[in-house]
Amino acid sequence: MCKNEAEKMNATSAESLLALRQQELVDLPKDYLLSTSDDEGDSDGERKHQKLLEAISSLDGKNRRKLAERSEPSLKVSEFNISSEGTREKLVLSDLLQPTKTSSSLATVKKQLSRVKSKKTVELPLNKEEVARIHREVAFSKTSQVLSKWDPIVLKNRKAEQLVFPLEKEQAAFAPIEHVLSGWKARTPLEQEIFDVLHKNKQPVTDPLLTPVEKASLKAMSLEEAKMRRAELQRARALQSYYEAKARREKKIKSKKYHKVVKKGKAKKAVKDFETLQKVDPSAALEELEKIEKARMMERMSLKHQNSGKWAKSKAIMAKYDLEARQAIQEQLAKNKELTQKLQAASESEEEEGDVEENGLLVPDVVHKVHMNANELNPWMQRSCTSDAKEAEIQKDPEQLPEPVAHQDSESEGEESPVEEEETLLKEFEERRSLRKRPELNQDAEPAGHQEAQDASSQEVLSELRALSWKLNQENHQSRKQKGNSTRAVLPVQREEPAQEEEEPLLLQRPERVQTLEELEELGKEGCLQNTELPRPVLQGQETERNPDDQPGAPKKRKRKEQMIDLQKLLTTKSPSVKSLAAPTTMEMEDEEERDQKQMIKEAFAGDDVIRDFLKEKREAVEASKPKDVDLTLPGWGEWGGVGLQPSAKKRRRFLIKAPEGPPRKDKNLPNVIINEKRNIHAAAHQVHVLPYPFTHHHQFERTIQTPIGSTWNTQRAFQKLTTPKVVTKPGHIIKPIKAEDVGYRSSSRSDLSMVQRNPKQLSVRHKKQLKRNPVD
Amino acid sequence: MKVKMLSRNPDNYVRETKLDIQRVPRNYDPTLHPFEVPREYVRALNATKLERVFAKPFLASLDGHRDGVNCLAKHPKSLATVLSGACDGEVKIWNLTNRKCIRTIQAHEGFVRGICTRFCGTSFFTTGDDKTVKQWKMDGPGYGEEEEPLHTILGKTVYTGIDHHWKEAIFATCGQQVDIWDEQRTSPICSMTWGFDSISSVKFNPIETFLLGSCASDRNIVLYDMRQATPLKKVILDMRTNTICWNPMEAFIFTAANEDYNLYTFDMRALDTPVMVHMDHVSAVLDVDFSPTGKEFVSASFDKSIRIFPVARSRSREVYHTKRMQHVICVKWTSDSKYIMCGSDEMNIRLWKANASEKLGVLTSREKAARDYNQKLKEKFKHHPQIKRIARHRHLPKSIYSQIQEQRIMKEARRRKEVNRRRHSKPGSVPVVSEKEKHVVAVVK
Repeated sequence: MCKNEAEKMNATSAESLLALRQQELVDLPKDYLLSTSDDEGDSDGERKHQKLLEAISSLDGKNRRKLAERSEPSLKVSEFNISSEGTREKLVLSDLLQPTKTSSSLATVKKQLSRVKSKKTVELPLNKEEVARIHREVAFSKTSQVLSKWDPIVLKNRKAEQLVFPLEKEQAAFAPIEHVLSGWKARTPLEQEIFDVLHKNKQPVTDPLLTPVEKASLKAMSLEEAKMRRAELQRARALQSYYEAKARREKKIKSKKYHKVVKKGKAKKAVKDFETLQKVDPSAALEELEKIEKARMMERMSLKHQNSGKWAKSKAIMAKYDLEARQAIQEQLAKNKELTQKLQAASESEEEEGDVEENGLLVPDVVHKVHMNANELNPWMQRSCTSDAKEAEIQKDPEQLPEPVAHQDSESEGEESPVEEEETLLKEFEERRSLRKRPELNQDAEPAGHQEAQDASSQEVLSELRALSWKLNQENHQSRKQKGNSTRAVLPVQREEPAQEEEEPLLLQRPERVQTLEELEELGKEGCLQNTELPRPVLQGQETERNPDDQPGAPKKRKRKEQMIDLQKLLTTKSPSVKSLAAPTTMEMEDEEERDQKQMIKEAFAGDDVIRDFLKEKREAVEASKPKDVDLTLPGWGEWGGVGLQPSAKKRRRFLIKAPEGPPRKDKNLPNVIINEKRNIHAAAHQVHVLPYPFTHHHQFERTIQTPIGSTWNTQRAFQKLTTPKVVTKPGHIIKPIKAEDVGYRSSSRSDLSMVQRNPKQLSVRHKKQLKRNPVD
Repeated sequence: MKVKMLSRNPDNYVRETKLDIQRVPRNYDPTLHPFEVPREYVRALNATKLERVFAKPFLASLDGHRDGVNCLAKHPKSLATVLSGACDGEVKIWNLTNRKCIRTIQAHEGFVRGICTRFCGTSFFTTGDDKTVKQWKMDGPGYGEEEEPLHTILGKTVYTGIDHHWKEAIFATCGQQVDIWDEQRTSPICSMTWGFDSISSVKFNPIETFLLGSCASDRNIVLYDMRQATPLKKVILDMRTNTICWNPMEAFIFTAANEDYNLYTFDMRALDTPVMVHMDHVSAVLDVDFSPTGKEFVSASFDKSIRIFPVARSRSREVYHTKRMQHVICVKWTSDSKYIMCGSDEMNIRLWKANASEKLGVLTSREKAARDYNQKLKEKFKHHPQIKRIARHRHLPKSIYSQIQEQRIMKEARRRKEVNRRRHSKPGSVPVVSEKEKHVVAVVK
């Protein structure tokens, strides 16, 4: 259609005669459409005029020829009178528009045409399966999105410490009382009666359950007012009774201290008052001052604050044991000083000396000591330490020095005792627990810290000494046992097993009680020596010298001393061998080069002495594996207890259970080896071999195991918290699936049906459209 | 003369008022309570042993059906009511407290294929081999009335399963396609199909209630969206899935009971690998049901046992069996999460405790505390070999035991062969496929 028109137009432009015909032909709807403005009559006239003009021009010969030429293609004219001329040229849309360029009303047509031009051909629709697949994908992605809103909730519930089911809280359904009453009818005569009564009093059923009478009474005074008034009265009454009670109580108090405090307070207040008075009214203040002066004189005259009083004397005696008493004495002395000072203001310096002397005479030494140690935190502690030290010195002189083993023990005890007294209770618990958790570590670390400063050789010597003496002791002990008691033949067998660690619960060796006199003595020494810090080298040096002199003791003791001496001899012979161990190869190598190299290596690794480290490690291992004595002493039983008081040596002796000596270590004769004797096959069956899954390091796992959860070790609240079950369900309650409303979400679909109830076909059509619009959703 | 006396501060032992609880002095000093680890270990050991001593899960057997029990349904409002359908078309309603049948209906000719209750608990639906879907009232007929269904829908094909919507008056059936029905209409609102095969079960998602899952006999699991009336995705496994169950606490998680002895827990947003493969059964798994807490599920198997799996574990924590229990066809976890019911071939419904050693009835607070403590102890020391051994020990019937051994050998042989093949081929040509990926054949979009 379009093309035809174009051809026609072309013809008109070429030929005027044809144009006429064409005009007629193209009168057509187009004309109507395009030139609606021209009225019919005008166009007719114009056409006629045009015809005339053309007829005139046709008179020209040229034109005729032309006409003949042009008529040629007209042979091929179709039945519609359309020439096919110019078919070979490609028609461009813009050509079409050229003649109409001038008319603005054709702009819309142009636009339409350009739009038509830009449009491509429509592709074939997708096949059904493909469409369905796209549907599914879109639907799936949508659904996944909807579901992913549950992610945080699911995660939270999975990680929750505790989940209580059912999740939604049931609201107890309260039926309003009207509902209950309206649905209830009186059946029995009794009920009838009750109803009658209620109705007679016009008992209201609805919310403010008040009869008219009650309402009236309420109206008399508003509730709030009444409440306020009542509260006021109550307060007044309470205050009154409180003051009364206070006065009564104060009157009853006999405590002198209390009165003293009260008096002091009063005095302070008086001073304050006086000061204010001074400012306000000087004359009155003067009077007041005089009064005070008089009171002071009276006080001074009374000799109350001398040390001669009965109270003061008793306090002076008590001061030795009681901190408070001491303080009281000091206070009194201060007061005395203050009182006496003013009169002798002229010769102050002289008097002071005298005072000090006086003090020295009057106050027991203990107080002085306190003064001396005033910088200490707890002076009482200090006192006990010093006195202990004194005692220890006294005891030490006649007797021999204790073995290093004993010393070692005393050290470990000593480290505990101050801790016991200083820290607050809670802190102490924690500390001690941690201490106990890694006993080896702690004990290893401490001696190391002490010994670091000392000479290495002396260390070795010492360790050897310890080991040997321990062994000797054991032998001695065993022989004694065998002599004394034949029934104890089983003992060595028992001893073969090493003492147990905490972690190995099944095999617990029974420690023996300390029985022999000798051991008791040793213990006593231990106790005494607890706090004395003697340098160790001195100890060792003195040992041999001291041993022989002034020993009238039992033959047993002497025997042991001989052993000690032997021991020392052994030591001296052995220690070089140990040293040779440290550098065994140097002797063998003769070559100088090698020696040089050796030297170089030595220089290079001057810092780290591997062998010494190893020896140290081994020593520590040996010490750690040694059985420990058990002290079952309970302070405060059968004697005075309290801070700073220690149970008597006798008691400690009685209740100390001495650990049996274990069998000799397997690596005793192997200087280059440490054989771990802790492993116990009986316990191994109960131990975890492989690190369980969520843990990444065995420390983590051990820590979880080592924290107790029972109520024996935890407070009630902690116990409850530790044992909360993960999931709690109530019996007899239906647990419904989780709902969006429960967790604070709006339900995703108001109605699942809404979509389905439409025609599914329609739905799919709609979807197709949607899909076409944006194929990748 | 010295007088020694003890003095105590009354503040430490006298109550302030009469209403206060008695002060019980406790000293938590750790030195006074030594050996905490060994002591707790022993306690844990004892707790574990006692747990095994008291593990008596079997409560009751409900007998009365005259053919194998084919399907079970819970009452949504009453814990004591259970419905069961048998292979002879009989439906029975049971009272669990009395352990008695309260009503019997001859519902269908042939099998009762599926049974489900309406969300309000007033009526229930059954489908059977006679191509019908019937709706019944939950209460029995009055005196003189006849036992008749409220509605009957006659279909063209057999419906093999039915499930009711959780909130609205809609139910879904499956057979040759998944149909969604309005209760009031006799023709489905929409039917969804994807391929042609018989679908064995259909389940509504309890949380996002417009979602459905179904499994067909051509080894696939198909998910549907009811709102958009379209299937969503299909996953094809190695073998046929018998049924699926949605997790009632996690909207996108479901578990499929498969013929290849395993159960697969899927996240429906990522179907290409299951979240977890649960294996312990030695024969086809026929049914699965989640605990209402969503932490565990129970599975019924053709190997005459039921097992309880934690959702996050691949191995079962419990196995229940009796001498007389045959192939277990259906299983349900009660709505209070305390009991498990299973219906089996030999016409009985059995009631089990979900937690084998749990004490039933009201517990005092001290009992509760002790239970919690023991539970925590067992948990704490569960890695210790002795405790693990005792806690894991179960008696199994000889058939199951020997089959387990046999399958272990087979599995080992297969593994060895694969290792050998890998060793003798070009590196990288035989990839290592994890157990999870092994069983999924394809995911169809």
